Amino acid sequence: MTETTRRQFIQSTSVATGAVAAAPMLFSTRASAQWTNVPEKDAKLRVLRWSRFVQGDIDTYLANVKKFTEKTGIEVRVDNEGWEDVRPKAAVAANTGAGPDIILSTNDDANLYPDKLLDVSDVCDYLGKKYGGWYPACETYLKPDGKKWIGVPLGASGAIMVYRQSYLKAAGINSFPKNTDGFLKMFQALKAKGTPGGMALGNATGDSGWTHWLIWAFGGSIVDKNNKVIINSPQTIKALEFAKELYATFIPGTLSWLDPNNNKAFLDGQLSVTNNGISIYYAAKNSDNPTVKALAADIGHAPFPMGPVGIPTEYHLFFNQMIFKYTKYPNAAKEFLRFMMEEEQYGAWLQGAGGYVSHPLAAYGKNPIWTVDPKHTPYRDSVKNMRPSGYAGQLGYASAGAMADFIVCNMVAEAGSGSKTPAEAAQRAQKRAERYYKS
Amino acid sequence: MLSRLQNSRNGLGLLFMLPATLLLVVFLTYPLGLGIWLGFTDTKVGREGMFVGLENYEFLWDDAVTRLALFNTLFYTFVASVLKFFLGLWLAILLNERLPFKTFFRSVILLPYIVPTALSAIAFWWLYDAQFSIISWVLVKAGWIDNYIDFLGDPWNARFSVLAANVWRGVPFVAITLLAGLQTISPSLYEAAAIDGATAWQRFRHITLPLLTPMIAVVMTFSVLFTFTDFQLIYVITRGGPLNATHLMATLSFQRAISGGALGEGAAIAISMVPFLLAAILFSYFGLQRRAWQQGGSDK
Repeated sequence: MTETTRRQFIQSTSVATGAVAAAPMLFSTRASAQWTNVPEKDAKLRVLRWSRFVQGDIDTYLANVKKFTEKTGIEVRVDNEGWEDVRPKAAVAANTGAGPDIILSTNDDANLYPDKLLDVSDVCDYLGKKYGGWYPACETYLKPDGKKWIGVPLGASGAIMVYRQSYLKAAGINSFPKNTDGFLKMFQALKAKGTPGGMALGNATGDSGWTHWLIWAFGGSIVDKNNKVIINSPQTIKALEFAKELYATFIPGTLSWLDPNNNKAFLDGQLSVTNNGISIYYAAKNSDNPTVKALAADIGHAPFPMGPVGIPTEYHLFFNQMIFKYTKYPNAAKEFLRFMMEEEQYGAWLQGAGGYVSHPLAAYGKNPIWTVDPKHTPYRDSVKNMRPSGYAGQLGYASAGAMADFIVCNMVAEAGSGSKTPAEAAQRAQKRAERYYKS
Repeated sequence: MLSRLQNSRNGLGLLFMLPATLLLVVFLTYPLGLGIWLGFTDTKVGREGMFVGLENYEFLWDDAVTRLALFNTLFYTFVASVLKFFLGLWLAILLNERLPFKTFFRSVILLPYIVPTALSAIAFWWLYDAQFSIISWVLVKAGWIDNYIDFLGDPWNARFSVLAANVWRGVPFVAITLLAGLQTISPSLYEAAAIDGATAWQRFRHITLPLLTPMIAVVMTFSVLFTFTDFQLIYVITRGGPLNATHLMATLSFQRAISGGALGEGAAIAISMVPFLLAAILFSYFGLQRRAWQQGGSDK
């Protein structure tokens, strides 16, 4: 470990206390959170993150990075890749022991190589104490053994229900349903009215996530707590029977839908309800086309309804921040992540991202982004309501592989479209999942 | 030592071959060897694997999705190659005739091949869109159909849709190469045949086809190889959906190896393609390179 002189200690802690001092306006009750850290001399950091979904995200992120460099003198280079390309790069970095010091990646990536990641428990404990605690899904993802944090949660891209208020009203639906029975009735009413809804059933990496919500909502899951495959269960079959009825109300073509399809159809006025991030609303609000812009006022957002299990079972794309053990500047890297997660920076970033990213720390629920526009509010609790991708088992290669192979999505598509019976689809999924969870 | 080398034909020969050998070893033999090795291991992205023998192949043999992908690949390659051959040959013969603006047409015909595949794939993705397809739109407006065609949502529709995109893209390559072959055939042969009273079909059957066969062998070998290993079109248009109906070996290999992290299994899928590709090459060499037949004799 680097030896610390008294001067270095005072210099570095003054930065941290400066940031802490800025926060008490909002979080005075959590002043007990203590942070001391001494970044290495002449540290330089390389950060690889997923490409922006909205411009405001990267603009604010880079502004925060600049602020960090100004305050600490630590140079930070930020590279971007499409979110699906970050995963293999991060894995190669972990394997070869060379690459960016910090990688911002998705879902269960950190669980693929936990022993290659720096223990960031001090950062997470400090932030958790200061900002009202981490939501449970964050701990499942990044504190797998219940003791040590292997990454700092960044948030999730909330994907919830997006609907046309006027279409729902015309179909006799006055408020968005809160349970799956009402949900199905709503889809049926919309179909009867000639304004159907639809959700992606193609190999869509993001938008097919609703199929996980569906299975969980009825009490099914790929695996149990011990990673035993239990997808072929009566609960799953019930969910698949529901899917069949639901699919019958969908707009044609959803079996082929990839991630952009529902956005296009919704913005064109062909779709009354779908699942998506806030991007549809964002695109409508900022559109140059007056017809599309007018659509923004008619858009409503609602969390996914609850199924028979009676609790939220949402699935969202989770974002993590990992520091690799090979970094020459572990303290500087921790300092960077702590700095970026502090209210001054993270709050601004949440606003820059325009509601696209939901926070992992409870206190950020008070961030103005969630109230400045009432249409943002339903996205607020995305991380709070979500389950990790490999629920209810441990995360790792098996959960990542099962997810990438679209096992749940294919099962729902097979049963929904009637190409297989619910029982056959569940059996097939069981067999496919067992392969991933065999060892 | 140096002067001995300078005077040694063998030594110099080896020396001059060294750069090419290095290139082949580094960029061809090593990756292929590594791929074969990975196929026998349970390597994950980011984690060293252990030798597991034929386990990956045993699993793939039983895996319904892999079997479907193999069927899709064979179907896709066979149908697309046959269509590309006939359309390409037809186009080549047309372009070999005396046409006005011949050079212009010959250049234009290459356009589908020149456009980057990812871009033309996006164009086809729009053409086949469930909600915005211009094909469906035209047919609906013309009153021929009532509902939009579900090009990519129905398994067989999706297979034929991606096939059409592949054929559209691949025909120019076949056509232009065969055209080059046609132009090497001496006009005097046709003149002699015409004097002997040969019909157009006889001229084609006994002059054009035999003399064009070497070219056909080469162009079809490449065409089959490109089609069998196609990735971009499928990845952009369907990602292998719906219900894995358009997954090819290449896309499935990528999905399992990179997105799913199972490098060993992905490599095994990719290596499973090699015997099929070798078979295609051997067929072209032994089946189509019939020299005796080309020179007017019969096969021995």
